Amino acid sequence: MLILPCPWCGPREETEFACDGEVSSVSVDPATASDGAWADALHNRTNRKGMHREWWCHRRGCRQWFWIERDTATNQLRNSGLPGTES
Amino acid sequence: MRYSIASLLRNALSYHEHWPQAWRSPAPKPRYEVVIIGGGGHGLATAYYLAKNHGITDIAVLEKGWIGGGNTGRNTTGIRSNYLHDASAAFYDYSVRLYEELSRTLNYNIMFSQRGLVSLMHSDAELAQADRLRNALHANGIETDFMTVADLAREIPLLDTSPDARYPVIGAVRQKRAGTARHDAVAWAYARAADGLGVHIIQDCAVRGIRREGDRVTALETTQGNIAAGRVAIAVAGHSSVLAEMAGFRLPIVSYALQAVVSEPLKPMLDTIVGSTAVHVYLTQSDKGELVIGASRDGYPSYAQRGSFGTVEDMMAAGLALFPTLGRVKLLRQWAGIVDVAPDASPIVSKTPVANLYISTGWGTGGFKAIPAGGVVFAHTIALDRPHALNERYGLDRFTSGRLMDENAAAAVRH
Amino acid sequence: MRIAADQAPFARIDRSRPVRFVFDGRSYEGFAGDTLASALLANDVRVVGRSFKLHRARGIMGQGAEEANALVTLGEGAATEPNVRATMIELTDGLVARSVNTWPSARVDLGAVVGWFGLLLPAGFYYKTFMGPGQGAWHIYERFIRRAAGLGHAPRATDDRRYDKRHAHCDVLVVGAGPAGLTAAIAAADTCNSVLVLDEQTEAGGSALGMPDRIVGMVDRLRSAPNVRVLMRTTAIGLYEQNLVVAVERMGDNTADIRLSAQRLWKIRAERVVLATGAIERPLVFDGNDLPGVMLASASATYAMRYAVACGRRAVLVTNNDGIAKSAESLRMAGIEIAAIVDTRPSSALAPDGIEVLRGHGVVRARGRSSVTEVEIAPLTPDGKQFLPRRRRIDCDLIAVSGGWNPTLHLLGNGAGRTRYAPEIACFIADDLSPTVAVVGAAAGELGEGYSVRPAWRMPAVGRGAPWRQFIDLHNDVTVGDLALAARENYRSVEHLKRYTTMGMAHDQGKTSSVNALGILSEAIDRPLAALGTTRARPPYTPVAFAAVAGRQIGALYAPKRELPAHVAHLGCGAVFAESGGWMRPMHYPLAGESTADAIRREVLAVRNAVGIVDNSALGKVEIHGPDAAILLDRLYSNDWGSLAVGRARYGLMLTEDGMVFDDGVTARLSDTHYLMTTTSAGAGTVVDWIELWLQRAWRDLRVFATPVTHHWADLTIAGPRARDLLGRLSLDMDLSPEAFPHLAIREGTVAGLPARILRASFTGELSFEVMVPARSADQLYNAVMEAGRDLGITPFGVDATLILRAEKGHILIGLEADGTTTPDDLGLGRLVSRKKDFIGRRSLTLADRLRPDRPQLVGLQSDDDRVLPGGGVVWSGDSKLGHVVPMSSCRSPVLGRCIALALIAGGRDRIGSAVTVTAIGSQHRASVVSPVFLDPKNGRIYV
Repeated sequence: MLILPCPWCGPREETEFACDGEVSSVSVDPATASDGAWADALHNRTNRKGMHREWWCHRRGCRQWFWIERDTATNQLRNSGLPGTES
Repeated sequence: MRYSIASLLRNALSYHEHWPQAWRSPAPKPRYEVVIIGGGGHGLATAYYLAKNHGITDIAVLEKGWIGGGNTGRNTTGIRSNYLHDASAAFYDYSVRLYEELSRTLNYNIMFSQRGLVSLMHSDAELAQADRLRNALHANGIETDFMTVADLAREIPLLDTSPDARYPVIGAVRQKRAGTARHDAVAWAYARAADGLGVHIIQDCAVRGIRREGDRVTALETTQGNIAAGRVAIAVAGHSSVLAEMAGFRLPIVSYALQAVVSEPLKPMLDTIVGSTAVHVYLTQSDKGELVIGASRDGYPSYAQRGSFGTVEDMMAAGLALFPTLGRVKLLRQWAGIVDVAPDASPIVSKTPVANLYISTGWGTGGFKAIPAGGVVFAHTIALDRPHALNERYGLDRFTSGRLMDENAAAAVRH
Repeated sequence: MRIAADQAPFARIDRSRPVRFVFDGRSYEGFAGDTLASALLANDVRVVGRSFKLHRARGIMGQGAEEANALVTLGEGAATEPNVRATMIELTDGLVARSVNTWPSARVDLGAVVGWFGLLLPAGFYYKTFMGPGQGAWHIYERFIRRAAGLGHAPRATDDRRYDKRHAHCDVLVVGAGPAGLTAAIAAADTCNSVLVLDEQTEAGGSALGMPDRIVGMVDRLRSAPNVRVLMRTTAIGLYEQNLVVAVERMGDNTADIRLSAQRLWKIRAERVVLATGAIERPLVFDGNDLPGVMLASASATYAMRYAVACGRRAVLVTNNDGIAKSAESLRMAGIEIAAIVDTRPSSALAPDGIEVLRGHGVVRARGRSSVTEVEIAPLTPDGKQFLPRRRRIDCDLIAVSGGWNPTLHLLGNGAGRTRYAPEIACFIADDLSPTVAVVGAAAGELGEGYSVRPAWRMPAVGRGAPWRQFIDLHNDVTVGDLALAARENYRSVEHLKRYTTMGMAHDQGKTSSVNALGILSEAIDRPLAALGTTRARPPYTPVAFAAVAGRQIGALYAPKRELPAHVAHLGCGAVFAESGGWMRPMHYPLAGESTADAIRREVLAVRNAVGIVDNSALGKVEIHGPDAAILLDRLYSNDWGSLAVGRARYGLMLTEDGMVFDDGVTARLSDTHYLMTTTSAGAGTVVDWIELWLQRAWRDLRVFATPVTHHWADLTIAGPRARDLLGRLSLDMDLSPEAFPHLAIREGTVAGLPARILRASFTGELSFEVMVPARSADQLYNAVMEAGRDLGITPFGVDATLILRAEKGHILIGLEADGTTTPDDLGLGRLVSRKKDFIGRRSLTLADRLRPDRPQLVGLQSDDDRVLPGGGVVWSGDSKLGHVVPMSSCRSPVLGRCIALALIAGGRDRIGSAVTVTAIGSQHRASVVSPVFLDPKNGRIYV
């Protein structure tokens, strides 16, 4: 069980949080994107083995979202930040 | 040497000193017609059917560790075909039928035990959805039967069938043909059979890079040197995105840890697989007597073959919710596999953006049951460069067209 | 045999407190401070169990967690506990234990006939046979195999003792309170704020217990330190990420004191973890090494010194290392005759006074019927691979063996470090440790000053059958023969070897077998041991009860039930409850003697003809505040929201990014900047999460807040032609006339003296008012409505009637028609998809799949006869499968007098007017495809 650093509440146990997966590396304009580009943005993932940036929400706490860098192979945690600074 | 009671007797007389290798361990050749990356059940089955059904025998299966060491050797061994969608039902039922013959086909006892799968129901809404599933299965020639609470109390005395249970059981749906098999044996049986047809099984051979010329793969860079290939097939569930990245594309896949536990061995007490959606857990008892227990995957992407302890706490609580007398049974071992999950919880057995590269992935939590059929259709796709009728709906193109195969659909009712 | 007090002066048993216990039906006596194992040995019980596969007689071989043989079932009757190590059971008065996997007893076990056929049952024999004659043959054979397999029997009754959990945080956690752990803890106590020490034994001291001097004062010093806590009987079972150590404390397991929990699961977060987990001695592998009377030398020494038990009268010690000297000293002190020490090394510094040391010798075989009576030894060739002639037999009843030591590093298996082979001490030691984890003492490979060892993974085999009697994994009956077979068949990876032979997969998880097996494999396939790698040790370190892991999350506390705010009032009305959408909700309200079907029909008719009341409090409610609230709604819902006037409400659909309907509800505008959104019950949480996700991550510029208020407001809905009359009777400060309060409007005021919001919206197809009052007042409002409506025929109705009422109107239900694969257009709600604005899911609505003509579309079905159509049935046109009848939508409509259902069928709207077949298991029906709106298509009943 990980301890995650909620930017508002401090370190809390994993069970209080929900993960929404990696911070997307592609951004498309839905109005102009081709079906292929849209499918890529919607469904495809880098799914990196190693350090990546992902979204967490302090779901059973303050309900606030933040991103964190976590190594998916070792679960080592690094930087984190508030929405708006993820990319 | 053919395996049989006679050969076992004969070899016992010579103290088992003359059994041949189950498969060889050759040094890799510089080039193969087909190279399959991944020596799990799917990779080995694919090699076997490429040789058997399509006459392609110049094949290498590259395994970065030991064969069967990924999800094939880390799952809870359930085999069933009670899928809602027609395409899935057809695919998985074909797999069950292949499993029924597999020990004799491969001359290796994989111990497929059709002890049935009992899905417990706790609400009218679940019963109603189960009716939809049962009728759909029936229309596809897959039979299930309904079990009343009295049936359950008689056949699974361990189960708490009292109306006072936190989630009282009100009935169950059983697929009798479902069952379990010895997971390692499936990999070993395909390895031995494929080896017998000339396939090279190369262990301790990790792929480090995929060399391309234009839109074609030319060779693989491996820890045992470069290996050229006419066609390359990726069957590395738990690692698919890593290989796809080497080949230069992304997949609609996220990898998660899926945990399971076994108990200490106990005398026979449970002769079927029992699962519940509302109380999220499923249980079976192995031939050795261990209770094998699984539940939901962990909540975040992971390549670490270990899971969160919180998941195990929930799993044990769920287990005791259904089987309250098991409190003093002891957990012996906890482990995790890495499952590759597609957005619609259906597999991908497909051509890829790279012309001579094929992929089989997205098996989620259910890859083991799919091994024989997955091998047949993947071999077909590789040999003929087009899908088999049974994996037409499992292409990567479905994500662009939007025609997903959502097996999560008939889930919970919200009103 | 018990040793006299003066020969074991430091023993930890209390001879003044005898303890009676029963094993396999016979009564024995031990002392307080004994384990079951030491007490059995004291009573000269040699055979305590049978092996898993061959039912060979087995005796106690160890003294702690490493014990591979002595598993017993504890307790009697229903609440038994199977498979407990006798070495880990504190002896208590009245304890009852039985051997496992034996019949009738461990001494006389009929299953032992299996042993005669041992050679027919080599590793993996089951993979090579049992495949015919027909398909499914295995399932027949399996029954016999299963009966033979397994160990103890599972308990039959629920264990009603309590199991607790506790969280703890500390600066330093020391696992193991042996000499090294105590030393580490004392050092930590001087410099750290909080130190926690765990040990699985009943008292601190570890290997020093029963020995003179080494730890005197250390325990007292720790106990008196205010910043140190020592937990005994506490086993660390796993070391997880970020130094989470999970440990099990056995508290009331052995007492009748019901105030104590049976066990307590600790979840400890430590800044630093110190593993002082000691080392486990390795057995030696020779012909007959599984005979009772062959045991670990250190264990026999521990029994002598700590428990004052002689495990034999005359011992032969066999070793490949210098550590044996200590054990020899203990045995001798305890008065056990040592016939000889057999040292496999050609030369060694071993020279204990007055004991013959046979250097360069090995064990040919142990002899004895049910336990050891003599050992046959012979000199070894210098490489240790063969015996030289000149065999010799020595009478003895104890063979105490030491094959070297394995540091106990099981806890590193989950990510905190690795292990590597250290050839100089012939064992695996910690490597690549996490910076916050340290290993000390024997666990760190400190095996004593000048410790010297030369690997002797196995003794040479004399005769072709001998390898099959050289046991590696005692519990699972894995022999050198099995290992050699596996290697021969190319199951050479360590994992293959383990899985093919089942070596290390038993109860002890390879604590005494794994390294020997690796050594033997390394010699068999001629690869250095260091290159083989190891199998990964998985938690838990020792088996842990399910109940301890589940803790209090059992019974009613498995998942607390949510009751509606007016639950008591529903009870008063005779409601039958069921869990739905996460709440206990009334399904129907049968009158005395009334059938369920009749009750539902009565409730439906009351709503259609008079007035009913239903509790919709479970619906999600979200307050949306802020100047940009309308923009938010426009982006969340597929339909337009900009034009909604204050005081009015609108129905909307929310889509996933994939364009599929995932929630719906009516949202009302309370002021310029304030909306009240309703969602489905089960979606209440999901929708709020969804809104927050978008507001926080994508639309940070929007000035708007979303606040979930589901639990704050009760929602009692009054529906039916007399709804307005009824509501008017409750003292109320608003005008209910259709002009002043039209359909899809909201008003705030007071009802029956309660602050209220009334939303006029209809799911039943009747004139309908949702009256929302503070949750605490729900009963009060409910009773007021019932009272006021008595003469109007007010009828409580539940979920079952609602399902029929909505089906007659063709109103969709999320989870039924909208099962995650249907778009608004599929559901006939294409009009709710705006062409003017962007919203979540819009892009996906133009994908090729969404434009398919054969998409599933919502239609009505009308049965051609008087039979109710099967919910979930398959709909066909001729041989072509069209779709399915929506579950829970099929009914005999009380007002229409016909059997109707909703269905999702391919290209459905174009099929209206056509005939279809509906099949289900055991039935076939004819039906006509009709509009999904069966009743009042112009909504005249709503707009009154």
